[in-house]
Amino acid sequence: MVTSVTNPGRNGLYDWLLQRVTAVVIGAYSIGLIGFLVLNPGLDYETWKACMGSLPMQMINTLVLVSVLLHAWAGLWIVTTDYLTRAQFGNAATGVRLVVQMLILLLCLVYLLWGLVMIWGGA
Amino acid sequence: MKVSVYRYNPETDREPWMEDFEVDTGGRDLMVLDVLAMIKERDPGLAYRRSCREGVCGSDGMNINGRNALACVTPLSEAAPGVLEGRKPLVIRPLPGLPVIRDLAVDMGIFYEQYEKVQPYLINDEPAPAIERLQSPEERAKLDGLYECILCACCTTSCPSFWWNPERFLGPAALLQSWRFLADSRDRATEERLDQLDDPFSLFRCRGIMNCVSVCPKGLNPTRAIGHIRSKLLERAV
Ligand code: SF4
Ligand code: SF4
Ligand code: FES
Repeated sequence: MVTSVTNPGRNGLYDWLLQRVTAVVIGAYSIGLIGFLVLNPGLDYETWKACMGSLPMQMINTLVLVSVLLHAWAGLWIVTTDYLTRAQFGNAATGVRLVVQMLILLLCLVYLLWGLVMIWGGA
Repeated sequence: MKVSVYRYNPETDREPWMEDFEVDTGGRDLMVLDVLAMIKERDPGLAYRRSCREGVCGSDGMNINGRNALACVTPLSEAAPGVLEGRKPLVIRPLPGLPVIRDLAVDMGIFYEQYEKVQPYLINDEPAPAIERLQSPEERAKLDGLYECILCACCTTSCPSFWWNPERFLGPAALLQSWRFLADSRDRATEERLDQLDDPFSLFRCRGIMNCVSVCPKGLNPTRAIGHIRSKLLERAV
């Protein structure tokens, strides 16, 4: 049993499930969005805005935003624990990894707030 | 034909180097281990492990032209195209990802430690029956493709996830054995075994690259075993 306090889910299984579930959400949304664009060739700003501004779309967009950020965090956490290790950085590895992980987390939080403002901010 | 062999003696060499030998095989499709023996006759200082010379003991795992294999059951014709004909050199290196003790002999310590962690033995506290714990032929059949592992480490040392986290990721060989005991109808420690595998590293560092499957000299499939364990963990959680 290897313990870790920085991983995104509760344990390995949750991390793994989180990645798969969020990937499905992102995939379905991308296909839906591409479908929408293909079915509406002459799309203008007003139609687009009405669509994205509707409550169901706002909720879906929020879900997708959260999924993308969780997916990114889970994936990048794995990248940091694979490549920022003792083999590359010796005794400094833990520090380096922690700093990079915190930067990634901070960036994710910024994107979350920024995204929420865009989705729910009206205008 | 030309044979290029990895040499490293930590007592005299500052760093590893490749030594080239010219070996006359008379065009025969010898096993790589035979070629090494011919070289060792000339240079008795060359270090490598071998015992059974027929793919049973698992001691001569090494990297042959970029691929992990048992030297004793790898003919020159399978080492790489052109090696047998002498168009290409035979290149022999130690198993990757483990510390080199000398030349082709690596320190297998961490590999065995990971093996030990999966408790590779039957756990059953129930009183033993008078003669033996019986299994039906179907129950026994579940162990086929698992018990044959000879612990040669070809799979684990070809796995990138093991290279990056050798202390934390158990590696395909140990995980195959973990499933071998999880799948055994006589074992009673399923829950404890699964508890040990639930963290982000021990099992979940497997990214399904399947290097392990492609090199196993026994034709075993650790990736499928890992998939079975993952399904068990999933079943238990949802
Ligand atoms: S399938 Fe998993 S265990 Fe096998 S080589 Fe790939 S990452 Fe390693
Ligand atoms: S699974 Fe195959 S490659 Fe891996 S240690 Fe066992 S026999 Fe060797
Ligand atoms: S010498 Fe025993 S497996 Fe090759």
